[in-house]
Amino acid sequence: MLDLRLYMLQRLTALIMAPLVIGHIAVMIYAVQGGLTVDEILARTQGSVAWFLFYGSFVVAVSIHGAIGLRVISFEWFGLNGRALQLFSWAVFALLFGLGAKAVYAVTFAGVGL
Amino acid sequence: MANETQTMTQTMTVSIWRENGDDGRFEKYEVPARENQTVLDVVAYVQQHIDPTLSYRFACRVGMCGSCAMMVNGSPRWTCRTHVSKVVADDQLEVAPLRNLPVIKDLATDMDPFFEKWVAAEAVFHPSKTRHDPMAAITPDDPMRIAASEAIECINCAVCYAACDVVESNPDYFGPAALNRSWSLVNDIRDDGQDVRLAAVGSNGGCHNCHSQQGCVQYCPNELNPTLSIAGLKRETTKALFRRSR
Amino acid sequence: MIRPHRTHPLWFAFLLHRLSGLGLALFLPIHFYMLSLAISAPAHLDGFLRFTDLTIVKLAEYGLVFLLAAHLFGGLRLMALEFLPWSPHQKTMAALAVAFAFLVSTLFFLKAI
Repeated sequence: MLDLRLYMLQRLTALIMAPLVIGHIAVMIYAVQGGLTVDEILARTQGSVAWFLFYGSFVVAVSIHGAIGLRVISFEWFGLNGRALQLFSWAVFALLFGLGAKAVYAVTFAGVGL
Repeated sequence: MANETQTMTQTMTVSIWRENGDDGRFEKYEVPARENQTVLDVVAYVQQHIDPTLSYRFACRVGMCGSCAMMVNGSPRWTCRTHVSKVVADDQLEVAPLRNLPVIKDLATDMDPFFEKWVAAEAVFHPSKTRHDPMAAITPDDPMRIAASEAIECINCAVCYAACDVVESNPDYFGPAALNRSWSLVNDIRDDGQDVRLAAVGSNGGCHNCHSQQGCVQYCPNELNPTLSIAGLKRETTKALFRRSR
Repeated sequence: MIRPHRTHPLWFAFLLHRLSGLGLALFLPIHFYMLSLAISAPAHLDGFLRFTDLTIVKLAEYGLVFLLAAHLFGGLRLMALEFLPWSPHQKTMAALAVAFAFLVSTLFFLKAI
């Protein structure tokens, strides 16, 4: 049920995310020391084009990657097929992208200029 | 001439799948526990001495033809090459028809879906020459020939097909054997059907469904590597994609 | 419990990859939602972040980082399998992926507590 196109999308987003995941884990290891606060997060990310691009591309990639991954699981393990499978896949993408974009905006440019 | 000195009446219990219509279930049989016997010996004993209605397949009985493939204690194996002593656990031996194939009767499965997928994956030779053309000059050390030769020894026993979980969960998936043969033909310079073949293996039931669980590698009695072949098909279809978009 | 034909290392590597992906996919919406509180309800988020100081939560985060690292290294293993020349050391690669994931997540945990 995975054809060449979906397969390539999955692998491409995986390649894009490899350095992003490494970067994210590195940030996590750095930031978790001494506890996390909202101020500490925002001091790093607010107003930053670089972090916007970093997490923005991460959200785009993971929305596609996660949607395709869950598509395969729902087909192979739960027997979802046809229209229901299509709807499910797009719904997962929309959820991840919608929430993810909101999160990226919240920590970068949401409060800027107020 | 009987040459075995067996201890008297040592038996073991073997569970064999019986099915004739909708009534599939395991039935137990008491068979002699000989020091050296294969699972095929046990199945043959049951059919010859206990229940003549038991249906099963075999041919060469020496590990060459692949006809005797069955599930033995849950793993797909050639029964003529499976010593009972190696697989019996807690005196239990369970023999069932190959997984992922429809059952005709008892231990005999319908191989049609397996071969239909073989054709659908274009694992068939497309000739490019006639007898009047010169023979293709292929040297044995040609890398493509080596790649083809490494995948060529498949005898269509369907052990890999039975081992594969993607085959189980995806009815359209061609399976390891068909894709492995397709790969060997991708590497055959005499073959004229590469475009058709790459389209087939890049389609809905094609190579991109493989999750590299490598159950096929684990169980292939000829020590073939369908996962390697499928990875090759993934690379070839990817290259074709980028060639097309030039 | 696990069907006999599945009890070999590379099947478990597949299972880890699938379950880690599934776990991460289920975690992400919560993660994204909490982060969006940074602007809509920062005090609420701060309270939640203080809650995450609990050791039990740090252990859960340890698990999540392990899932992420395992999925990353396992994914790299798979793409190497598919796009690089075949390696006969498949079980070693699978083992190394798990080992690196464990190392990275343990580093995180030790820094976190």
